Amino acid sequence: MEYPDGLYYTKDHEWGLEENGILVVGITDYAQGELGDVVFVELPEEGTVLKAGEPFGVVESVKSVSDLYSPVSGEVVEINPDLEAEPEMVNSSPYDRGWMMKVALSEPKELDKLMSFEKYMEYVKSLK
Amino acid sequence: MEKTVLYQRHVDAGAKMVEFGGWLMPVQYAGVLSEHEAVRKRAGLFDVSHMGEIFVSGPDSARFVNRIVTNDVSKLQTGEIVYSVMCDDEGHTVDDLLVYCMGPQSWLLVVNASNTEKDFNWISSRLGGEQLKALNRSPEFGLLAIQGPKAAAIAAKIVDFPEGLAYYHFHVSEWRGSPLIVSRTGYTGEDGLELMVETGKTADLWDALMAAGKNEGLAPAGLAVRDLLRIEAGYSLYGHELDETTDPLSAGLSWVVKMSGHDFIGKAVLEKLKPARRKIAFTMEGRNIPRQGFTLKVDGREAGVVTSGTFSPVLQKPIGIGYIAIEEGRLAKHLTVEIRGREIPVALCKLPFIKPGVKK
Repeated sequence: MEYPDGLYYTKDHEWGLEENGILVVGITDYAQGELGDVVFVELPEEGTVLKAGEPFGVVESVKSVSDLYSPVSGEVVEINPDLEAEPEMVNSSPYDRGWMMKVALSEPKELDKLMSFEKYMEYVKSLK
Repeated sequence: MEKTVLYQRHVDAGAKMVEFGGWLMPVQYAGVLSEHEAVRKRAGLFDVSHMGEIFVSGPDSARFVNRIVTNDVSKLQTGEIVYSVMCDDEGHTVDDLLVYCMGPQSWLLVVNASNTEKDFNWISSRLGGEQLKALNRSPEFGLLAIQGPKAAAIAAKIVDFPEGLAYYHFHVSEWRGSPLIVSRTGYTGEDGLELMVETGKTADLWDALMAAGKNEGLAPAGLAVRDLLRIEAGYSLYGHELDETTDPLSAGLSWVVKMSGHDFIGKAVLEKLKPARRKIAFTMEGRNIPRQGFTLKVDGREAGVVTSGTFSPVLQKPIGIGYIAIEEGRLAKHLTVEIRGREIPVALCKLPFIKPGVKK
C-alpha cells in the first residue's frame, strides 16, 4: 500500500492535494484495495457546492458500492472526465490518473481537520 | 471462525480473506475481473472445502433420500448426480444441494457450508426407525472446483477420470493412495470438475493442480468471482434467491420439484401453492449496480426486491435477479429498481445471462 506524503487524508479514505486554493480529491490505495475492481464512479456536476463531510458521489465495484464524502466545503470546479470510460484507473492509479474532482476551497481552515500522511498510516494500521 | 486446510495457501497467495457462513475464506486473489477472465477463457481453481458432505446409507436410504429432496432420485444410477432442494413441511427451502448416488444403499449430499449443521439436524430428525444412518463427514473432506474451458484438460494431467465423464456424473478414483471423487459439476456456467479428497490430501491436490495448470493460465479464484460467475450463469444462491421463507416454485426451480412418482416433505403444500411472487432476471443500462435488498417498482409502486446483482464483464452491463409480485403480471412494462433514491429502468430477460459453456 502506498500513501504519499503531502496529501490530506480522511477517515473515509479520501485523499486531497491542495494547489492554490483548489483541492484535488480521490480515494486512497487502501480504499481501492478494499473495494476491488471499480466499474463505475458517479461524480457531481461541475458547479455543485459541497459541504465538508457531505456525499459527493459513489464508487461501484463488482462486489460492493461505497459513498464518497467530500473532505472540504466548496464548489466543484472540475471532475475527471476520463473516469467514465476508464473507472479502473481508480484501482491502477489512485493518486494520479484516478483523481475524481477538484474543489475550490470556501473554508481553507477545514484542511487543518484532515489527517496527515503519518496520522493516516496509523489510522489504516488500526483498522487491521 | 473455521478455516479450511488451505487457509495458509490463500494468505501466502495474497488473497483477501473474509468471513463467509462461519468460515474465513478467500474473497479474491489478483482481482475479481482478472479471475473472471481466467475462468471464462482458461481455468480457475476454487477452494470450496467449507461445503458440507452428509452421507446417508442403509437398506432404506434410497426411499429416505427421495422423501427429503424434491427431485426424484429413484431412477438415479450409481455415478449420477442431481441438483435438488430440501423443503420443510411448509414447502419452504431448507437448503439446495447436490445428491450423489454412491450405490443403491449409499448417498452423498453436498450442502451449503452455512447450512451443514442445520441440514444434518434436519435430516437426522427425519430418520425415524428406518434402517438408516446419516453422518456429517464434512471435516474429513476437502473440495476443490476447477472450472473453465481448460479445466478438465488440466485436471486430466494429474488425476484419473474417464475423458468422456458426462455432466452431472462422477467417477470414484484414487489419488496418491487416497480415494478421490471427480465430478463433472460446478457453479460457474463453464465446463469443469469438482474434486473431493480427504482433508489431509487437499493441500497437495491444490498444489498439484496449480502446477499442472501453470502453462494454461490456471488462476486461484475467490468467493467474489464465484458469486459473479454464478449470477451470470443464473444459478440460485442460498441466502439470496433461496431461504427459509422461499418455496422452490416461486424461485423458478419447479424443474427440480417432481410432483409425480414420489412423495416428499413439503409436497402437500407445494401441490396447492399459488405462488405470490416469481423470480425475474434483468439487465440495466448505465453503470449503477442493483444490489441485494434494493426495491423493484412498477409504475412507482413497490413490487418486489433484488436478490442478487452485479456487473457482468461478459455483457458489460449491470445484471440482477429478484422477485416480483405475481399480480404485476408477466409484462412489467415500467419496471424500475430504486438505487439511492432514483428509479432506474430495467429490461427483463431470461436466465442464464450468458451462454453456458457446460457440456451437457
